Amino acid sequence: MIFLDFFISGISLGSIYAIIALGYTMVYGIAKMLNFAHGDVIMIGAYVCFYAVSRYKLDPFIGVALAILVSTLLGIIVERLAYKPLRQAPSLAVLITAIGVSYFLQNTALLLWSSNPKFFPSIIGRGTFEFFGGKLSVSHVTILTIGTCLLIMFILSLFINKTRLGKAMRACSEDKGAAQLMGINVNATISLTFAIGSGLAAIAGALLCSAYQTLMPTTGSLPGIKAFTAAVFGGIGSIPGAFLGGLLLGVIEIFAKAYISSQLSDAVVFAVLIIVLLVKPAGLLGKHTQEKV
Amino acid sequence: MTMRRLINLKRVEARRIFLTYSIVIISFLICYVMSEVKILSSSMRGMLVPICAYMVMAVSLNLVVGISGELSLGHAGFMSIGAFSGVAVALIMQNINKFYPGTPEFLQNIFLNAPFRLALSMIAGACFAGLAGFLIGIPVLRLNGDYLAIVTLAFGEIIKSILNNFYFGVDKNGLHMSMITDTTNLLKGGRLIIRGPMGINGIMKISTFTAGFILVMISLIVVFNLVNSRSGRAFMAIRDDRIAAESIGLDITKYKMMAFVTSAALAGAAGTLFAMNYSTIAANKFDFNTSILILVFVVLGGQGNFLGSIIAAAALTILPEKLREFSDYRMLLYAVILIVTMLCTNNDNIKNFMQKLNPFKSKEEAE
Repeated sequence: MIFLDFFISGISLGSIYAIIALGYTMVYGIAKMLNFAHGDVIMIGAYVCFYAVSRYKLDPFIGVALAILVSTLLGIIVERLAYKPLRQAPSLAVLITAIGVSYFLQNTALLLWSSNPKFFPSIIGRGTFEFFGGKLSVSHVTILTIGTCLLIMFILSLFINKTRLGKAMRACSEDKGAAQLMGINVNATISLTFAIGSGLAAIAGALLCSAYQTLMPTTGSLPGIKAFTAAVFGGIGSIPGAFLGGLLLGVIEIFAKAYISSQLSDAVVFAVLIIVLLVKPAGLLGKHTQEKV
Repeated sequence: MTMRRLINLKRVEARRIFLTYSIVIISFLICYVMSEVKILSSSMRGMLVPICAYMVMAVSLNLVVGISGELSLGHAGFMSIGAFSGVAVALIMQNINKFYPGTPEFLQNIFLNAPFRLALSMIAGACFAGLAGFLIGIPVLRLNGDYLAIVTLAFGEIIKSILNNFYFGVDKNGLHMSMITDTTNLLKGGRLIIRGPMGINGIMKISTFTAGFILVMISLIVVFNLVNSRSGRAFMAIRDDRIAAESIGLDITKYKMMAFVTSAALAGAAGTLFAMNYSTIAANKFDFNTSILILVFVVLGGQGNFLGSIIAAAALTILPEKLREFSDYRMLLYAVILIVTMLCTNNDNIKNFMQKLNPFKSKEEAE
């Protein structure tokens, strides 16, 4: 029963990682850049949700919707101002710009909301479901997290595979030049990708803070790095890979915390990542591209 | 490089190397005189050693990122290995007659002399970090591009986690170490040197600006000689076209490893220098953000340009301090400067616009 308990909390944490990792992997797939500011978009989304719910007493779901709206706008603005002028620049320059954006967002949050941790009340309360005559209790937040993740995955795969915009996104990630020749607006597609990724980040932020109940300007950075490793773990650029990588990473982290050592859990997670990359260098579901000479 | 080639200033490369050495030496002399006659504020004086350590970090990372062409996001990990091992060695040497009473007199005298102790512990830090670089390099250097970057990030985090849970002590029976909980059971009179998450405390601050300057010069000499040798040309060939380099018979792994281990060893020495400037040191000081900070020095200074790394390291360490009058806004301003610099140096439209405004301006920005 304890095993099952750990497993469920692992899946729940993994769902959050998966939602964040989707943002990383989509942006990487299309813009070929590591968006280090993604973790901070999570934090901004969580703050918006926090103020909407606890200060202005809005309904939690309106709060989340507001957070999604703000994060999406933020994603589009950041892309337009900081990343778009560097479309042709070397990838390291874009990476450093993303780091600059990350510092910028963190320090803006620090100025606006101070560094004191905020108590983030769960968006759907603290209730639990009981299974097996009370032997296994699962909180509502956990169920909501897992359900949201599955729903997002379902909608996103429909969107990517069945709609025209999704087709445009796939085309851009395959070959930007050819996509442009076919009449696809590449810049708009990249903006759309950033918008979707940032919107997902806001959902992840609300769920993350509901589970851990504290909120600080640095809340987003460590989950951001872990979700990034999850994306690489599953094969960066691949959407099912991000989902699988996120879930596995969450489960591994919780099991490492429970059965090995709570202090060394991060080391175990990263060690597993290294082993996977050595065996399958393109990640679990990544496409291995043949080098052409 | 022989003396004649160094002095032969007709070569562009030699001129650049000569310029780098002279700028470093002249600025050292200026800063030294300024700090001796107390023109420099005390906060600036306190920053001289960290600036030297960051310069060495930037130069060593530039060897991997700029010359060898691998993005490493875990460079602070090597710095922390150097810091912890170097300081541990220094503390053992400092208390040598307590733990190893049988040590010969002349060795004791050497160990108790601060500059010698600093030099020996920096060498120890460099050796441990170089060894770690070798062990990490075996798996890491099989990967390419972004995957290599993420694995170096992972190793940086693993090193931090392990050092955060590492206990190391010394007593009359020799060295004791343990993980996660302190089970070293030291005898009376023993000393627990590394205390897990608490790190090391009670460090004697023996780092000096002169030692920092010497380390910067040594790292420049090592790096310039390496880059202008047969191996250095091999690094650049591999960076520019791995397949072509492999097809003319270059041993890719060997050369990548050479650059990686050299860089790790220099970072280890810098870590020791850095740690010996404070009385306490903890593994959390060398996290992902530190690795990124050093990468920012390298990219802003220009990949493959060591003078640029040195200038960027100095400027960006001093900048947050100088922005202090903007108090709360200083890190925000730092972020904005970072973004604007990247935009100005990498976007063609803005670059052209700047050139129209002032022909010298964009050159200055690029520095």
